[in-house]
Amino acid sequence: MRKNENPPAEATAFLNARLVDPASGKDEPGGLLVKDGVIADLGGHLRRNAPEQVRVVDCKGHVLCPGLIDMQVFTGEPGQEHRETLKTASHAAAAGGVTTIVVMPDTEPVIDQVALVDFIQRRSRDNAVVNVHAMAAMTRGLKGQEMTEIGLLQRAGAIAFTNGKASVANTRVMRNVLLYAKDFGALICHHTEDPYLTEGAVMNAGEVATRLGLPGVPTAAETVMLERDVRLVELTGGRYHATTLSCSESLAVIRAAKARKLPVTCGVSVNHLTLNENDIGSYRTFLRLRPPLRAEDDRTAMVRGLASGDIDVIVSSHDPQDADVKRHPFAEAADGAIGLETLLAAALRLVHSGEIGLLPLLKAMTINPARLLGLPSGRLEKGAPADLILVDLGLPWVVDKALLRARSKNSPFDESKMQGRVLTTMVAGNTVYQYAPAGRE
Amino acid sequence: MTSSFVNASFTRRHLLTCEELKAGEINALLELADKAVESNRQVIKKRDILRGRTLINLFFEASTRTQSSFELAGKRLGADVMNMNVSNSSVSKGETLIDTAMTLNAMRPDILVVRHHAAGAVELLAQKVDCSVINAGDGAHQHPTQALLDALTIRRAKGRIAGLTVAICGDIMHSRVARSNINVLNTLGARVRVVAPSTLLPPQAERLGAEPYTDMMKGLEGADIVMMLRLQKERMQGSFVPSTREYFHFFGLDHEKLARAKPDALIMHPGPMNRGVEIASTIADHSRSVIRDQVEMGVAVRMAVLEAMARLLPNH
Repeated sequence: MRKNENPPAEATAFLNARLVDPASGKDEPGGLLVKDGVIADLGGHLRRNAPEQVRVVDCKGHVLCPGLIDMQVFTGEPGQEHRETLKTASHAAAAGGVTTIVVMPDTEPVIDQVALVDFIQRRSRDNAVVNVHAMAAMTRGLKGQEMTEIGLLQRAGAIAFTNGKASVANTRVMRNVLLYAKDFGALICHHTEDPYLTEGAVMNAGEVATRLGLPGVPTAAETVMLERDVRLVELTGGRYHATTLSCSESLAVIRAAKARKLPVTCGVSVNHLTLNENDIGSYRTFLRLRPPLRAEDDRTAMVRGLASGDIDVIVSSHDPQDADVKRHPFAEAADGAIGLETLLAAALRLVHSGEIGLLPLLKAMTINPARLLGLPSGRLEKGAPADLILVDLGLPWVVDKALLRARSKNSPFDESKMQGRVLTTMVAGNTVYQYAPAGRE
Repeated sequence: MTSSFVNASFTRRHLLTCEELKAGEINALLELADKAVESNRQVIKKRDILRGRTLINLFFEASTRTQSSFELAGKRLGADVMNMNVSNSSVSKGETLIDTAMTLNAMRPDILVVRHHAAGAVELLAQKVDCSVINAGDGAHQHPTQALLDALTIRRAKGRIAGLTVAICGDIMHSRVARSNINVLNTLGARVRVVAPSTLLPPQAERLGAEPYTDMMKGLEGADIVMMLRLQKERMQGSFVPSTREYFHFFGLDHEKLARAKPDALIMHPGPMNRGVEIASTIADHSRSVIRDQVEMGVAVRMAVLEAMARLLPNH
């Protein structure tokens, strides 16, 4: 659902900007004009001079780029509103420079019917400040047994289909879903963890888990499922996206699939690009994730996979969990971490450390997900929606969970030092976030 | 009417599949069937071609129309017809198919009409008995008399079959009707399309001579014949198709989809219909629907098959 119901009162000119467009690969000084909610003009000729009667924003040489698109956001609406609502998630997104969120169907009830997609769209239209799209369940109740009405859900606006946090263990069901979805060109996004190998396990299997005395998940739990899925894609021809990979062996599977021209893509969460199992330290439950944080070698492999293009998409995997389910012994705590507000800042760590360039990093959060989902945003281009962010790449700040907008505060980056901050977030020509120094926003 | 009738006739001991039937054989059967239609429309319908002969209807799978159609066809040709109800038979007591066949064979029938839920079962049975066997449907394999009655219906309504475009829509994967029709219509020179969601399309259907479509709007474009298939209830609750609602939306025959076919396109269905699942109720009763004609042609075609076989029975 696009937030263009209220056309902005005035046109805006961004002058003196560093225009960064991952779609075209351009990174150059210039300016950009927003009119009627879309990008009306852009380029070097707008660097210093704005047309008359428009609001002027002096970017002071900071980066102006497309707003981020986050393909994996869990909320608690409907059913668990105390964790997060579409409204609070959208404010967290805006503060993090995310202008489009795709919400997952793992709610109560599960988003597996047309009326519930309508519900998400209506609640987002009325309450959210960024674009919200619903990813619908591909099996009823996410139980992995019976296909949902993929055709009708797509007509209603479901942007893609997923089994949420649960992998479909039944191979026949997965085959039929891929086969059926193909007829509608629908994208199947699948979490790849073998449910039997992960049963009871709470972190990556290996030395750290052994020291901590915690049951571990081998990386094979992921590759077993991914390799099966790739075979099924080959059999069916269905469009497939592995949502959040975590280990280097998985990338080998993806590379082989892409080399065979299969319609396979994959994503990674920003957590798996910037954290590893050692960060769990003394049983920090905010770092209990699915898939689990892996070894440092796997993290660096994921970063290399991102740089090489083997990984298509970065997601926050924003998963709000309240203290009631997190303040427990590690093995008994819930999985998941919030991430919308820290997505860009955490990802920029990789740029500052020289592990990846700004353009390939942004690509995985703008044009790549846009293309995968068929969205018109994610690019700096005349006529594209004015979903934009102005970013000060160097601004230092410290994550303070008290200041985070998300309703749940389970951030793995709490008290972390960050460098790089969103100054302005614009959605369809409307400013939905404006940075002010800590505490005074 | 055609030279093929003069030159060729149906001279097989069994009718098990449509795969090997030649155009001449099919046309010969259709000629006989045309005559049967005429005789069935007389006040006195009974003839004596099969007088003294015994026809056993052996149905391992429930059927109303096919079984009664064969029964009527046999009786109109003067045969003694016996219906073997499976629930009353020794089959439900654990007897194997072959033992059942041997038992029946000992009763010395002349013609066995067999329906079985397993593909290939009728052929297996035919190898073990001394009489003629007609396949009345074996699993998802073949249902020859259905394809012949469909061909007869089309030929009588359109005057020809060669050159027509026939779209067979629905559960192709599990359909013996689809497979038999693909064979017969191809042999007679029609262009055959199969229209279904990918989950209900068997792999490599094009190798059987049918052009596959997963978009019904495209699949019906310019079709002369729209042949709907029945979707069984257990297949429309999430395994192959998400729901009856979604199936009807994308693959049910309604006015919007029918408008893509030729203005004089005929609507067919082998029955029994699921109104509102694969076919809108108003379409089933449409002026271009020949669904009831198919039932009448069914009796005639089965009489034609029995008549052709009677000529070959020993001591005729």
